[in-house]
Amino acid sequence: MNNTISLRVADFLKNFPPFNVLRQEDLEALAGEVSIVYRDKESAIFQENEPPHERFYVVHKGAIILKNKGSNTIIDMCDEGDIFGLRPLIANESYKMDAFAYEETILYAIPLNVFRPLTQNYEAVGNFLIESFASNTRNPYAIKTSASSETNGVLKEGHTADSAVFDLQQVTYSKKLVSCTKTTSIKTIAERMTKKKVGAMLVLENKLPIGIITDKDIRNKIATGAFPITAKASAIMSSPVITYPKQMTIAQAQMAMMKSNISHLCLTTDGTANSAAEGILSKHDLMLTLGNNPAVLMKAIKRARKIKKIKQIRKGIMQLLQGYLDQNIPLTLTSRIISELNDACIKQVIVLSLETMDTPPPVKFAWLAMGSQGRSEQLLHTDQDNALIFEDVTEIALPETTAYFVSLAKAITKGLMEIGYEYCPAEMMASNPEWCLSLSQWKASVSHWIVNPGPDEVLLSSIFFDYNLAYGEKELVNQLTEHIFEETSKYPIFFLHLASGALQNPSPSGFFRSFLVEEDGAHKDFFDLKRRALMPLVDAARVLILSHKIKSINNTAERFERLAELEQNNQELFLACSYATKALLKFRTKQGLLHNDSGRFIALDKLSKEEKIKLKRTFKTIKELQELIKVRFKVTNL
Amino acid sequence: MQFFKKKKVHYPDFWYAYENSFKQKQATELKDVRFVVLDTETTGFDYGEDRMLSIGALALKDNTIAVGEAFEVFLDQYFYHAKNVQIHGILRDERKNRVTELEALQKFLAFVGNSVLVAHHAGFDITMLNCALRRHGMPKLLNKVLDTSTLYKRTLIQSPLLKKKEHYSLDELADKFNITKRDRHTALGDTYITAIAFLKILEKLKKKGKFSVKKLLK
Repeated sequence: MNNTISLRVADFLKNFPPFNVLRQEDLEALAGEVSIVYRDKESAIFQENEPPHERFYVVHKGAIILKNKGSNTIIDMCDEGDIFGLRPLIANESYKMDAFAYEETILYAIPLNVFRPLTQNYEAVGNFLIESFASNTRNPYAIKTSASSETNGVLKEGHTADSAVFDLQQVTYSKKLVSCTKTTSIKTIAERMTKKKVGAMLVLENKLPIGIITDKDIRNKIATGAFPITAKASAIMSSPVITYPKQMTIAQAQMAMMKSNISHLCLTTDGTANSAAEGILSKHDLMLTLGNNPAVLMKAIKRARKIKKIKQIRKGIMQLLQGYLDQNIPLTLTSRIISELNDACIKQVIVLSLETMDTPPPVKFAWLAMGSQGRSEQLLHTDQDNALIFEDVTEIALPETTAYFVSLAKAITKGLMEIGYEYCPAEMMASNPEWCLSLSQWKASVSHWIVNPGPDEVLLSSIFFDYNLAYGEKELVNQLTEHIFEETSKYPIFFLHLASGALQNPSPSGFFRSFLVEEDGAHKDFFDLKRRALMPLVDAARVLILSHKIKSINNTAERFERLAELEQNNQELFLACSYATKALLKFRTKQGLLHNDSGRFIALDKLSKEEKIKLKRTFKTIKELQELIKVRFKVTNL
Repeated sequence: MQFFKKKKVHYPDFWYAYENSFKQKQATELKDVRFVVLDTETTGFDYGEDRMLSIGALALKDNTIAVGEAFEVFLDQYFYHAKNVQIHGILRDERKNRVTELEALQKFLAFVGNSVLVAHHAGFDITMLNCALRRHGMPKLLNKVLDTSTLYKRTLIQSPLLKKKEHYSLDELADKFNITKRDRHTALGDTYITAIAFLKILEKLKKKGKFSVKKLLK
């Protein structure tokens, strides 16, 4: 039966093999038999040794992880359009692996008895199955179809258990050729290379590669003055071009580059320079495929033209983070690198969102990251907290300007959600008109919080005052910061309230130094690491640093280090606090990576004795710090 | 009206079949409960004057929607507001296998049985259906009804900083949960958005703790 939903299902399936070869009526008939299955993050679709279901699955939204239970290795990760769970059905044997949702996922479940006739009626569908079973990949065309994505390898690498096999995988290369002719001027070439952000350009004649120009050529031959900038491509191109067939493995490609000492390979239809150029493989592409390093990821982020691509890169960032933690690299360095990468992702989302707007921004603006992101302590995906400041405009222009920035902010927050930052449950986001204000509006609301420090105002300040410029005009932020310092020096009582707010967090341990755990809710009997251990440190650092009027240090550990310099007599305590913050953050990150969540709640029975002792040691520091706050700001007077 | 109340009324046979389905007890495990998510497109918002133009419904059980089981009817109606055509895109003379209101109700009752009904701003759709039932001399729907608009409000955190709204539109839910808004303003398209939103809301409510089917259906 056809209806709006089955048509929508058919519309989706027709983009992916083997469904792309089906005739419309067959596809629609198949779609009518589909079931739409929703699975929350971490929930299983099937498990090893389970008898096969009647249906196999296609990922519609989200991602599925296939895992080998025994060795606990990830075999594959299925994204939108990928098929899984088909082979056991056809062979009529039990599932050989676990499948569970990596994130919230919607699946299309297709009954085998409807699909089976198609494998016989369509040769291409039958071949698809044979090939996919023979090559043991879920989609034998995956390499080809994703070839244009430079970042593809980022994901693949971590999920390929055996790196020896990995070297034999086919390379993925950029199919979108950036090329010119013999007579193109060097200036044009340099402009296009800059615009397309590539390091090499092919010189084509009748589709055949006759030469290549790389960054190096421009540096060696133009910048040195050997050739004028008005010269033609033919003057400086390297010729003939070293060409290779497009089907080559990663190992072969590496060998080829080493052998000829070149950084770009030209791939042609039959591997000779006498056939059409198909693509270019750069050392950068190879490095991307081979592994994750910050520089490569950073470049990939800046090159990303779609939000979806940034999402993939973020998976690479997570692997990098895992690697750093495994290798015990100091957390200060780790968090700095990961924060940089996260910031770059956010910037790129903003850049892409700006491009979707009909007009450029009417006035200058600044995008602020708040909360943990503002403090550069956000290693894992957490909620997004952000705000937007724009330059003051006339009263008449204000409604229109606000409307522009709110709709920009909506696009940005949506993009951020797509790459993994969940919406803030309290709506503290720039898409909320209350968090998208002009500079003087912001000054007014900040003044209001400082002059009338009720519990809500203190809470708002504690979230807002850790802001950090993520994108845009620094001057706007500086002006706001100046304003905050002016106001707080006029109303010192504000510190007292902020300090008492810092003492509001529940205590981490009970009378007998036992852990205090949550009493109800989904996290019953878990230890709330964020609220009970991290927040007291974060809150205390904020009020102390504000009272010293130190600006632009947002990171809690760094704040404590600065405080240790400023107050010699409390140096020991502050250094201990800095250490405790880092230890707790690392703890949280490890827990979070282990469970693919924010790491906020910890199952105590899963901790080793050593870990528990480490945790408890930080509690002692927290208690001492809270005593100091109490005495310094005379909180007992309140 | 008085006249009808005194007399022992006789309803159409399909009504009794529907009524009988309620003799079966509602499942106690969430995965066994059959939900029917529905949406109606109408000529307007006046319960007395306006009429349903189409009904869309999807059955949902154990986190799964069977696409083939989708319910979609277009009704023949004489009452029309030109201004609403631009919202739902259903023209009066458009040929699209139309059924009479009575046929639509018959099919609908057979489809839902004793399932739990789910709709966004359910009050409106259910009242529309009940008005149609009354026009044909039948009593009101007997099903348990859930409203995704109120359920959504329950998932929101309690915070003095979050000003909850009185109503959340289907568009807002679709944005919050990142559900595509294609086919918006067709009965079945809206139903699909509501269904996915409902599944996500259930997951959120479960995580909040103290969740049980009994409480949900109370």
